[in-house]
Amino acid sequence: MTSRLIQRATPRLSRYFGLAVVLLASCLTLVAVGAETIHGAGATFPYPLYSQWAYKYNQITGMELNYQSIGSGGGIQQIKARTVDFGASDAPLESKELDESGLIQFPMVIGGVVPVIQVAGIESGTLRLDGNVLARIFLGKITKWNDPAIMSLNTELSLPDKDITVVHRADGSGTTWIFTKYLAAVSEDWKQKVGADKAVSWPVGIGGKGNEGVSAYVSRIDGSIGYVEFAYALQNRLVHVVLKNHDDKFVSPTTESFMAAAANADWKNAPGFYLVLVNQPGADSWPITGASFVLIHREQVDAGKLSAMLEFFDWCFKHGKQIASDLNYVPMPNNVVDLVEVLWHDQLRASGKSLWR
Amino acid sequence: MRIGPKLNDHAEFRRFRSGELAFRAVVFFSAATVPLIMVGILWELFRNSRLSLAKFGIGFLTSSVWNPVTEQFGALSGIFGTGVSALVAMILAVPLGLIIALFLVELAPPRMSAFFGGAIELLAAVPSIIYGMWGLFVFAPFMADHVQPFLGDTLGFLPLFKGPPLGIGMLTAGIILALMVLPYISSVTRDVFRMVPIVVKESAYGVGATNWEVTRGVTIRYALRGVVGAGFLGLGRALGETMAVTFVIGNSHRISASLFASANSISSTLANEFTEASDPVYLSSLIELGLVLFLITIIFQIAAQIWLWSIKKKLAV
Repeated sequence: MTSRLIQRATPRLSRYFGLAVVLLASCLTLVAVGAETIHGAGATFPYPLYSQWAYKYNQITGMELNYQSIGSGGGIQQIKARTVDFGASDAPLESKELDESGLIQFPMVIGGVVPVIQVAGIESGTLRLDGNVLARIFLGKITKWNDPAIMSLNTELSLPDKDITVVHRADGSGTTWIFTKYLAAVSEDWKQKVGADKAVSWPVGIGGKGNEGVSAYVSRIDGSIGYVEFAYALQNRLVHVVLKNHDDKFVSPTTESFMAAAANADWKNAPGFYLVLVNQPGADSWPITGASFVLIHREQVDAGKLSAMLEFFDWCFKHGKQIASDLNYVPMPNNVVDLVEVLWHDQLRASGKSLWR
Repeated sequence: MRIGPKLNDHAEFRRFRSGELAFRAVVFFSAATVPLIMVGILWELFRNSRLSLAKFGIGFLTSSVWNPVTEQFGALSGIFGTGVSALVAMILAVPLGLIIALFLVELAPPRMSAFFGGAIELLAAVPSIIYGMWGLFVFAPFMADHVQPFLGDTLGFLPLFKGPPLGIGMLTAGIILALMVLPYISSVTRDVFRMVPIVVKESAYGVGATNWEVTRGVTIRYALRGVVGAGFLGLGRALGETMAVTFVIGNSHRISASLFASANSISSTLANEFTEASDPVYLSSLIELGLVLFLITIIFQIAAQIWLWSIKKKLAV
């Protein structure tokens, strides 16, 4: 009886109109879903680069990339749960964890960490530090800028009698992971007392949220020292330091010194490409370098999607170098790209068949 | 045995047919979703923090160690930071909100009252991340250059105001929280003051009472329950506020007596560390932190209800 009421209440035309609109809308959504879309999730560090690469690739091929920068932890969880096609992590997974979840990982882009300071009268690229002194500053053992340890490395600079304010990251991040790995590698004391992880228990200092928080604190507090992502230091023109590297040479953080660190690393003998790029050999290598990784499943169900994904990554490696440089990221050197593509050929399977040439 | 409404009785027939029962059912089930969701959230929080509950037990609430590398976690610094920043906010916002509401209701001409009232309520419309960014880039430098040195020079003998004036820290976070909580307190208090019967106020004026005497003796007595309620509403917001606090509180897991020191609140820890945490014990500890905050808020709400009930008994208004 209620339906008769509705029938009498609404004129016939408007009923059919509503139905037509719903049908049209559902057809349109079907068309949109039909286009190839790759889903990825994970690290926040490479997000600007991945979205720029995806945009350019979409203009060429029409393939869409949907990348959610929810953090490395989230990316690892999502790829393990197979809710995304690839995961991205700033810290590599160890072989054991990769094998357990049936994943392979490969480095996609290089980044690194630059210690930045704010001390009256010290210009960019003039203060020299080495790993041991840096570790002692962050441990709270060196508390003043005119400490003899710092002065001995910088005989021509006049350092003020000012307290050092340490600024670190409050949030968990790949930047902290790389930085603490470096400090653990160069200082046994740091390794014992603090260790290396995406978030650690910092002995001293204040925590800024994100790279932008650290740069804000460092730029405002006189006598402060912090660490930020390379791109950040460049774009915000922060005062950076010069570090002594593995070969006892003092190097500045530049695209070339990052690439040197990556090229000189021993990728071949690193299972699952698990390589910590800190303190790498080479006269020009920047000592605090790291890579951001992509994780995909070894066994794939959808061969078409896997091919599309690999084509995209290959394009990024081969044709995305300029885009990466423009955004102040460091592209993977060619020798490493070759190793990665050999991995794709050997390890990736869709329905039992290898897909990559 | 009767199933369904007795349709012989005309009144019951009318109730059923006019949609009364359907209306009641819809309203009841909609209202019931709220406690159901709360219980659901509580259940999920317990379920996902089992690992750290088992590992740390009650020690989680008394330890201030927060070490993801050695997997030792403790909520004490978070609880302390949440509590102290909320306390600072309340100390600043409750008197100020009361005074603003009094001004708007008793003393201001109607048009000014409407204008200022609207302006204060606009404060509530500002997104909290804007407060955070404003705090980090504008307010923290102001605190570091002017306010904190002044406090350090005049009151520096107190342990509350010791330490370098960095601009960020517990005090700055408390002040920004006070700004965020102020509109809630002042607008609810204003509405409560308006509800005081005009007859009673005019009788007081009629026997020669001054503005202040009427306010103290009549308005506040009538409105006390509402004011306390407004205070607890603001407190609830201050306890849970995340983004504004995260930017300016300094995020260090240490407990210090000084308001200039950096600290952390439970919500700022969660906002900072949740996305990158992949270790099961770490994740479980973070969720247990969330559970602790949830329970703190529930306890305060119950305390508020008890306090309101006791005021009602005492004042008998």
